[in-house]
Amino acid sequence: MTILPFLAAGWIFLAGVHGMVTSRNAIHAVGCLAVAQSSTYVLLLAVGFRRGGTAPYFSDTSLRTRVVDPVVQALALTDVVVGATVTALLLGLAMQVRKRHGTVDPDALTGLKG
Amino acid sequence: MRTADLLPLAVAVPLLGAVALVIGGRWLPRVATDALATVWAAMDVADLAWLWAGTGDGHSVSWLGGWYPRRGESVGIVLAGDRIGIGLALLTATLVLAVIVYSWRYFEEPPAQHAGTFPALILLFEAGMCGFALTGDLFDAFVFFELMGAVAYALTGYRIEDPRPVQGALIFGIVNSIGAYCSLLGIGLLYARTGELGLAQIGSALQTHRADALEVVAFVFVMTGLLVKAAVVPFHFWLPDAHSVAPTPVCMLLSGVMVELGVYGAARVYWTVFSGPHGIPHPHLRTAFVAAGVLTALVGAVMCWQQRHLKRMLAFSTVGHVGLFLAGMALLTPAGTAGVALYVAAHAGVKAALFGTTGVLLDRHGSVDEHGLHGRGRDLPLAGAMFTLGGLALAGLPPFGTALGKAVTEHAAEGRFPWLSAVFVVVSAATGGAVLRAAARIFGGAGPRPQEHYAGPETTGSGEEPEIRDPQRRIPAPMLAVPAILLCTSLAVGVLPALAGSLARAARQFTDRTAYAAAVQGHAIAPAAAVPDVGWSTEGVALALASTVLAALLAAAAIWGPALAWRGMGTARAALRAAGRSVVLPLRRLHSGHLGDYVSWLVVGVALLLLVMAA
Repeated sequence: MTILPFLAAGWIFLAGVHGMVTSRNAIHAVGCLAVAQSSTYVLLLAVGFRRGGTAPYFSDTSLRTRVVDPVVQALALTDVVVGATVTALLLGLAMQVRKRHGTVDPDALTGLKG
Repeated sequence: MRTADLLPLAVAVPLLGAVALVIGGRWLPRVATDALATVWAAMDVADLAWLWAGTGDGHSVSWLGGWYPRRGESVGIVLAGDRIGIGLALLTATLVLAVIVYSWRYFEEPPAQHAGTFPALILLFEAGMCGFALTGDLFDAFVFFELMGAVAYALTGYRIEDPRPVQGALIFGIVNSIGAYCSLLGIGLLYARTGELGLAQIGSALQTHRADALEVVAFVFVMTGLLVKAAVVPFHFWLPDAHSVAPTPVCMLLSGVMVELGVYGAARVYWTVFSGPHGIPHPHLRTAFVAAGVLTALVGAVMCWQQRHLKRMLAFSTVGHVGLFLAGMALLTPAGTAGVALYVAAHAGVKAALFGTTGVLLDRHGSVDEHGLHGRGRDLPLAGAMFTLGGLALAGLPPFGTALGKAVTEHAAEGRFPWLSAVFVVVSAATGGAVLRAAARIFGGAGPRPQEHYAGPETTGSGEEPEIRDPQRRIPAPMLAVPAILLCTSLAVGVLPALAGSLARAARQFTDRTAYAAAVQGHAIAPAAAVPDVGWSTEGVALALASTVLAALLAAAAIWGPALAWRGMGTARAALRAAGRSVVLPLRRLHSGHLGDYVSWLVVGVALLLLVMAA
């Protein structure tokens, strides 16, 4: 197994975080959060990958077929569901911020401080 | 029915209740919705109380769906509870019941067509928290962590028509989600190394490996999410913003038990996964986490003292106390764990009672501003008495459970960190003192009216939207009864030796990884360590009294100090002002309310943790 997928996952995560730090728009920030999260998909799928393996699905092949790890795929699927929920909720909040404050720029949203 | 069957029920009951409320809330009248929610919350309390009694000093283990391990291997998901985990779930359930009763008449009108939404969300929140406390599986812990997180963001922004709550909820959501995804990266790395997801199974698989960089990185990533939830400096910035805007009943849950679950999760994961022979060495972890705890406690105490927004003050007091909990847990002894368990149980009652009383003020006067409310609470003697008592209990007045927990933890720290007692005294005195100061000003009208303008950054707490809009009505009885009962439970934690004794034995179980792993595999063994002593000691009572007196003195000095005209006062005042400029003002500026800043601090925290743990 090569180290490349792990580096790629780290890079995607950091790209998302960088986006959130420098974001000037709450919707953009939520998008960056989704980017950061997609690094977890890359990492999980890379962990379960086997060279020459096929989908872990035994209905039409023999039980000896070489397959990739099904556990991480279940994890990634759960992760997608969790991510979709959180992203939808946060986007809803961002919309509401726009309605109440008239802006989605984090630089202008500093009512809570000190 | 076996005792272990109650474990999945503790999660399933509130989940089903949430569904029933969402559906039933459409056509049931409000009284019926509230009654239904109360019955459901009470059922979960009964379930967990039964589980607590049935589990005794051992473990209850339940493999979901009958996927038992075969020849020591399993792909099933396990729930495993000892009395620390079950006790925390029981505390959650009790607090949820209190919150549901408290909010019977709290919101003026629930949204049309959706009368059951608020109690349904509270029950979902309960399911997430109970599941997190009881799970024995790392990935499952992540799912429950996200469940309670997502519901908490929604609850924080529940009053969606007001500007501030949506903003606080957005920051809360983004920062916590980054933490959660860090944890998931760590879980992925652990799975890559061991091929296991159960806590005990990962722990035993790691034993055969020598510790290397991958294990340290995985440890730091997994811890990041838990420490963000626990609001440990520098991951704590979301907490005051979320707490100052969330509806009061939600604050009772966030501060009372959700933040503490972060500390519990960190301790559970360390003990079961990383404390083995080839894991993260005890001395290394002890130094790092005690230091983080002390830093958190001091930052929380300083910031708490500075606040005039009551909910924000209580939020920073939670930061301070969580620092103490983390430091106590990080002692890695049964005695320290037992002390923290007592402290958490008692603190939850006190903190929830304080938030509940603040809700009464918000109901009457539409403000949570200490300065603006000066003297206006005189018509609420009962609320005033409870707020004052809460402040004293927070400072550690015996025989409240907070004093007992503090004393036991201080005693546990004596051997290695004798100076830790001083931190405990100062932090509890400063947080309790801030509450006493606010109580004297608001309910007693004590001292001169404080100056209105502060040059630095500040959140005042005036002009809050009252969460209920009819100031003419009487205060609903549950809003005063629930805080009173919560204070009584906190008192009970201090005066019932049986409870302290069972928590002491539970702490011994909690800190024994072999006993946990054996219980998950299906053969119980007794832990080897001795049961820690958790009674009241003369020294503990003396320290508790000292912090209470110090809190009262601090409050008095803040109220009447500026009016005094002694000879030394000028110098003292100048010194205080200089300290304010050089230490406090920069610290307050860091809490900028800016999303980008908070995310940067999170990254700095992860980097620091990596450096410290790799050293």
